[in-house]
Amino acid sequence: MDLQTTIYLVVGLSFALYIGIAIWARAGSTSEFYVAGGGVGPRVNGMATAADWMSAASFISMAGLISNMGYGGGLFLMGWTGGYVLLALLLAPYLRKFGKFTVPQFIGDRYYSQTASTVAVLCLLVASLTYIIGQMTGVGVAFSRFLGVSSDTGIYVGMAIVFTYAVFGGMKGITYTQVAQYVVLIFAYTIPAIFISMQLTGNPIPQLGLGSDMTGSDISLLQKLDQVVVELGFGQYTTTTAGSTLNMFVYTLSLMIGTAGLPHVIMRFFTVPSVHAARLSAGWALVFIAILYTTAPAVAGMAKMNLIGTVNTAVASNGDLYAAESSLKYEERPDWMKRWEVTGLLKFEDKNGDGRIQYYNDKSKSEEAKAKAEAAGWKGNELSVNADIIVLANPEIALLPNWVIALVAAGGLAAALSTAAGLLLAISSAISHDLVKGVFNPNISEKGELMAGKVAMSVSIVVAGYLGLNPPGFAAGTVALAFGIAASSLFPAIMMGIFSKKMNKEGAIAGMLSGLFITLFYVFAHKGIFFIKGTEYLDLIGGANSFFGITPEAFGAIGALVNFGVAFLVDRFTKEPPEHIQHLVESVRTPRGAKAVDGRH
Amino acid sequence: MDKQGEAYWKATLGLLTKILVVWFIVSFGAGILFADLLNGIHLGGYPLGFWFAQQGSIYIFVALIFYYAKKMDEIDRKFDVHEE
Repeated sequence: MDLQTTIYLVVGLSFALYIGIAIWARAGSTSEFYVAGGGVGPRVNGMATAADWMSAASFISMAGLISNMGYGGGLFLMGWTGGYVLLALLLAPYLRKFGKFTVPQFIGDRYYSQTASTVAVLCLLVASLTYIIGQMTGVGVAFSRFLGVSSDTGIYVGMAIVFTYAVFGGMKGITYTQVAQYVVLIFAYTIPAIFISMQLTGNPIPQLGLGSDMTGSDISLLQKLDQVVVELGFGQYTTTTAGSTLNMFVYTLSLMIGTAGLPHVIMRFFTVPSVHAARLSAGWALVFIAILYTTAPAVAGMAKMNLIGTVNTAVASNGDLYAAESSLKYEERPDWMKRWEVTGLLKFEDKNGDGRIQYYNDKSKSEEAKAKAEAAGWKGNELSVNADIIVLANPEIALLPNWVIALVAAGGLAAALSTAAGLLLAISSAISHDLVKGVFNPNISEKGELMAGKVAMSVSIVVAGYLGLNPPGFAAGTVALAFGIAASSLFPAIMMGIFSKKMNKEGAIAGMLSGLFITLFYVFAHKGIFFIKGTEYLDLIGGANSFFGITPEAFGAIGALVNFGVAFLVDRFTKEPPEHIQHLVESVRTPRGAKAVDGRH
Repeated sequence: MDKQGEAYWKATLGLLTKILVVWFIVSFGAGILFADLLNGIHLGGYPLGFWFAQQGSIYIFVALIFYYAKKMDEIDRKFDVHEE
């Protein structure tokens, strides 16, 4: 069977599975629509959370980013997993005890204020909508590369699939499709990694392979990689940090806090039957996430090795990397390079006209590497590689069978679709439950609210699809913004609501707004007001990364600090919360009496 | 909150602090602040600081959450606030 047919078959089968689940798991009540009936076991919920959490960015882009960044890429690994420790210890069990459908409802009730709840809805909508754009474009990329259809067609098909299970099944349909999607994506991610680890080191476990010796030699893979990249003028793979140590520190912290504060992840913990189950479920979620997240650095390092080894034959022979015959002849390049050149994600430009591919760091700070390149007559780096290729082309680079390539296609789609569905549910429940029922029409019947939820979901899918079809030109920056907003607005408000009995509504609202404002202010200074090109105002804040060299992506933790600070300051000068709210906090803190999650306002 | 409730909350906060200290040490400490120092030590082919940043801290995070769940169960029972 040829590659294209195999891909159609595997992707088609996975879609049939999702639709099958959708037909089986339809939601008949608001409880099923918002929280899957509230009886999901900790392991099943953990698996669904893992799929919910691991997006197109985790699956497609992360290993490529680490591959380019080396050691510094660890900030994504630690940040996106360490957040689960915060979620498990500080938020999930208490929110489960509180026992309501949505995150804004907790904020509204705890701070006895509709304004607080509405501010939370606003933060949730901004965070989730920016996040979903990335998922929709991810669906488009996976379709256009693997199925040979246009990216637009891909997005339409993706919308239709999500529609069938998210609108009819709500959280119930989403939960069980996410479980299926997790299984697809984890096989798709680990199988190529196992093959490649075997080829390079003889060890089938990628996590161990990365720490092993290269096959047929007694030099370890990482040592060899360090040697090769340094000689080619790149920073040493195992030590290059992301900016400064301080920036890496703050960036990691921002991702952790942001992870714990993302509403579509928090919501998953409303589906388990008890506080005990919520705690365990966070552990299981991280187990399932860790399987991918500990494989990713192996994929990153090994793919880098394979890539350099492909274009420079001296890597394998331990010869002179700068010798003329070491560079691969463009005419003799492997098929996978030809395939990816078509997509534009891989580009070759013969700058010195010798018909060979020179891949090195032409902006190196190393005088030695510069001198060698000049002596060899190299006129600049000739190969540009988009980070996304590292995972998508990995099986092809390692010459794996067609079914593995097809599986990676299905896995990328599973990752994007599962996250999109989770985000859509967070958006639609905030609209139907917190706005329609909470603000505009408190007397709406259960049936009416269920209908409102389904309508809100349908509209959200159309909006998400529209944004995916017409990405506002800042898609890459948006995911970072989503984390920044979750970290600086939602996380501190929820945490103070549980851990400080005396925090009042004035403090919480002022905190959320100032955290949100300062984060947006810093991000917009770098990227333009609402990402409109030309409206950057870097001069006003004294140049790029002017706040102690911290990049805008890493700013969420600073926003969170501001949020905490302002909240406590305002709280000191305003009235303390009423008696019954302090009792509410006490009851949230103890597990006994946890009941089924419901939606009463 | 009654005495019993206060003691329960104190025990909970004590556990959280202990776990968060470890959480901080393995990621921000071993993985970032002291990574250079630890890179002098090797774990197989891994420099140790690099290993903490890209592997080790994740394994320890998983262990921490299960440890937390188990210890919280014990605390819940001790103060008789566990779910039925």
